[in-house]
Amino acid sequence: MSAVPAIAVRGLTKRFGPRTVVDNIDLTVMPGRICGFLGPNGSGKTTTLRMICGLLIPDAGEGEVLGLDLARQRRAIKHQIGYMTQKFGLFSDLSIAENLEFIARVYGLDRRQERVAQTLERLGLTSRADQLAGKLSGGWKQRLALAAAVMHEPKILLLDEPTAGVDPQARREFWDQIHALAAGGMTVLVSTHYMDEAERCHEIAYIAYGVMLARGTIGAVIAGSGLVALHGEGPGADRLAAEIEQRPGVAMAAPFGTSLHVCGTDPAALRQAVEPWADRIRFTPTEPSLEDVFIHLMRGATDNSVEAR
Amino acid sequence: MWQRIGAMIFKEVRQMARDPSTIAMMFFFPIIQLVIFGYAINNDPRHLPLVVEANDNSAFSRSIVSALRTTGYFDVTEVAGNYGQADRLIAEGEAQFVLTIPTDFARRLVRGERPQLLLAADATDPASTGPAVAAVNEAVARALARDLIGPLAGRQQGPPPVDLVLHRSYNPEGITSHNTVPGLLAIILSMTMVALTSMSVTRETEQGTMENLLATPLRPVEVMVGKIVPYFLLGFVQVCVVLGFAIVVFEVPFVGSLGLLVAVTLLFTLVSLALGFTISTLVESQVQSMMASMLYLMPSILLSGFAFPYRGMPVWAQWLAELLPPTHYIRLVRGIMLKGWEWPLAVPESLKLMAMLLVLGTIAVRRYRDTVA
Repeated sequence: MSAVPAIAVRGLTKRFGPRTVVDNIDLTVMPGRICGFLGPNGSGKTTTLRMICGLLIPDAGEGEVLGLDLARQRRAIKHQIGYMTQKFGLFSDLSIAENLEFIARVYGLDRRQERVAQTLERLGLTSRADQLAGKLSGGWKQRLALAAAVMHEPKILLLDEPTAGVDPQARREFWDQIHALAAGGMTVLVSTHYMDEAERCHEIAYIAYGVMLARGTIGAVIAGSGLVALHGEGPGADRLAAEIEQRPGVAMAAPFGTSLHVCGTDPAALRQAVEPWADRIRFTPTEPSLEDVFIHLMRGATDNSVEAR
Repeated sequence: MWQRIGAMIFKEVRQMARDPSTIAMMFFFPIIQLVIFGYAINNDPRHLPLVVEANDNSAFSRSIVSALRTTGYFDVTEVAGNYGQADRLIAEGEAQFVLTIPTDFARRLVRGERPQLLLAADATDPASTGPAVAAVNEAVARALARDLIGPLAGRQQGPPPVDLVLHRSYNPEGITSHNTVPGLLAIILSMTMVALTSMSVTRETEQGTMENLLATPLRPVEVMVGKIVPYFLLGFVQVCVVLGFAIVVFEVPFVGSLGLLVAVTLLFTLVSLALGFTISTLVESQVQSMMASMLYLMPSILLSGFAFPYRGMPVWAQWLAELLPPTHYIRLVRGIMLKGWEWPLAVPESLKLMAMLLVLGTIAVRRYRDTVA
């Protein structure tokens, strides 16, 4: 692997009217890595992806994608990037094969028929090649969109919430494919809301309201949050969440089935906060989850999307 | 049940209110129609340009001219005796009628003969010719009734003292389809080029496929050209079909040059495509683009001279019609097909279409760039 990052952007900023949607974001992804891009709805994930693939021109910031300048070499970048949009972006009145053929033509690929056939085969779409794209179910649409995004063998794959509304098995298969592609050297930047998907990434970047709040491997992000957690088990533990969350020293408390999950930044204060219930509920230290970290980070961030409207 | 229906109604009204363009259209369409039908359209046109070529400078011809003026049907211009000018004026559309009074008119009238008056009419649009011809007849009769007095009073009885010879140019039988079928070319092309183009572009943005297209190496301009070309070809096929029907089925005479017709048709098609593309950059949904296209098509049908005589409209409506590309294209098609225009006569209207192409094309490309980048 070369030491040159596949994606390296600095200070990326985009404003729509008075609202700063993406604010001074830095992001570096090394080749062959899968980077999970997380953040609440409307936090600027899509806008960032669109700037990286050259669909939007940033208001400020600079960067290189595959060593090409983001501001001046957008067209060259587009040839080497595959982008799967959040909304199904292929033609519903064309068949699967026709859609792929169109994409192959647009990228000027040689051996077109062969490549289309290969792509269909690899994604298990051969039997459905003549089906209209609009008639496909969610999972198949997603497969087709991925096929269209990788057929020209891009070096970078950008995926915008690719698994929304897709069943667990299809999601599993999808992620297996992503890993296979990354193993082949493709760099993947994928936005998602699912924590289990985040955990399948090599590294993650968390953005809220346009601001990058955390970056790194999952372990590093959790460790960097400074959170500690307690796992509470006992009769009625799950019903205490609201009450315990009001206590000083508790950042958040959430029921998980019949048990309770409590987080805070100070271990001693956290212990003290749950003391009144210690007689009937057994609290044991546990690792804070990625979800804990994100919700904690999000609560600390200011929501600029509401006040500016 | 009523509560549920009520909920539906409430929701629907709310959604309608969210889409101001629909509401605007609901008020706009009837108002436009009222104004056009109520004020602009007149099947009994007045102020038609009539040229009198008075070759005998007699009291009779002067009183005929003044009688023509008082009818209100005509804007009368007099030209000095110059045979052959009449045809040119009608061909260019300067005059719709030319009344030629022969040199020996007065002499023959006094002698008790039955002299001829020649009325040449541009009959491409028979609807506007009919009432005007009747008005000329009446004006001549009235003028002579006043003048044939004294020793000539006897001429008042018996057959009419003057023989008004009517020469309907370009459409001697007064067949309406000769006028409407060439005009249809403009309307059909407008419908396809403007409405279909704007909707097909809007569909890409509405369905989210535009985003995907632009993430590929396709340039915005390449997307634009690629979307336009098929419709351009479709328009070409339509022109062939309409022309074929016009000539074979309706037996519309085609006296001009086919090459020239093809050239102006290409020009008009491009103008319409540019307009369709401009619309697509201004609207958000296919429904809106459909409405916007209708808003363009309706005046195009009513004001362009296709359905009603252009000359019958008040000046403001004529100005409005001048802004509509079909008005100019219809004149070109009728001129070329029926009057046999060669290119020098086609230049003025073609230039107007070119100006429109330039303006609309610039707006389309600019707005389109803004929406995709």
